[in-house]
Amino acid sequence: MDGQSNLILRETVHALIPLILLYAFYVQFHGHVGPGGGFQAGVIFSVGFIIYGLIYGCERVHVVISARTAEVLACMGVLLYCGIGFATLLRGGSFLDYDTLAATPLVGQHVGIFLVELGVGMTIAGTIVGIFFLITETRL
Amino acid sequence: MVLQFELILLALLVATATLVAISANLFVATMLASIFSLLIALLFAFLNAPDVAFTEAAVGAGASTLLFLAMLSNTGHFHSYHKQKHLPALLVVFTLGTLFVYTTAGLPPYADPSAPAHQHLAQYFLSHSLAETGVTNVVTAVLASYRGFDTLGELFVIFTAGIAVVGVFSAPQEH
Repeated sequence: MDGQSNLILRETVHALIPLILLYAFYVQFHGHVGPGGGFQAGVIFSVGFIIYGLIYGCERVHVVISARTAEVLACMGVLLYCGIGFATLLRGGSFLDYDTLAATPLVGQHVGIFLVELGVGMTIAGTIVGIFFLITETRL
Repeated sequence: MVLQFELILLALLVATATLVAISANLFVATMLASIFSLLIALLFAFLNAPDVAFTEAAVGAGASTLLFLAMLSNTGHFHSYHKQKHLPALLVVFTLGTLFVYTTAGLPPYADPSAPAHQHLAQYFLSHSLAETGVTNVVTAVLASYRGFDTLGELFVIFTAGIAVVGVFSAPQEH
């Protein structure tokens, strides 16, 4: 089961993974004008790393993103979302009332939706990559 | 034309699901489940739900299949062991399935503007979301702004699933 020695797998992965990661960022940041958003973007982002890990092994993925980083990323996403909620509370609105985040309600809505979707994407990417690390590295 | 295509997709769905249930090779079952997710993502796209189709394709045909493959290659078990047939279970499932199909006759027609689900807040969201949130995608506006608290709950659910997997894998192992 050595994917590394398979030429087709190697070349396909080299061509696909940058596109996958770039597409994940595109879906994340354009979720408000087209289909997409945080959930889809997080999943696509994690798929890029999982494909590399399936072929080359998890040690080489850990050079870029360790298990600890994945956990911290997941926690940071939830904290960001809740943080936005508390920030709106501190600025005088109700919980997650984005109108209070900026000078005008419309800009506040944009800022709120952008940051909230970013939090969602971070948590999902961290969770799925973390689950993949656990599955491949635990001796069963 | 579209109706025939949707009927073909539905027939393929039934065939794929049956094959997933009866196949003894777990690798084959995983790949068939991935095909199932892709087919139902196509159906969601035909039903004019691109966000749902997107998520189903990414999660079902992408991440879920990859995680199954990683688990299969880690355990090394490629064949399922239990092959006995259970007739009462089949009868119960068949009865419930028939009841489900029967109740779909009571649903309103597809995309009926006077359906109960499309009254009240749906009209408000469709007409006011661009002016109040400045976002053209109504689904994102509802998900992230009008119903942002629900999305926070969903995020907690996924985060809890991740923590639960960490807990399961760090339990002391018996040999």
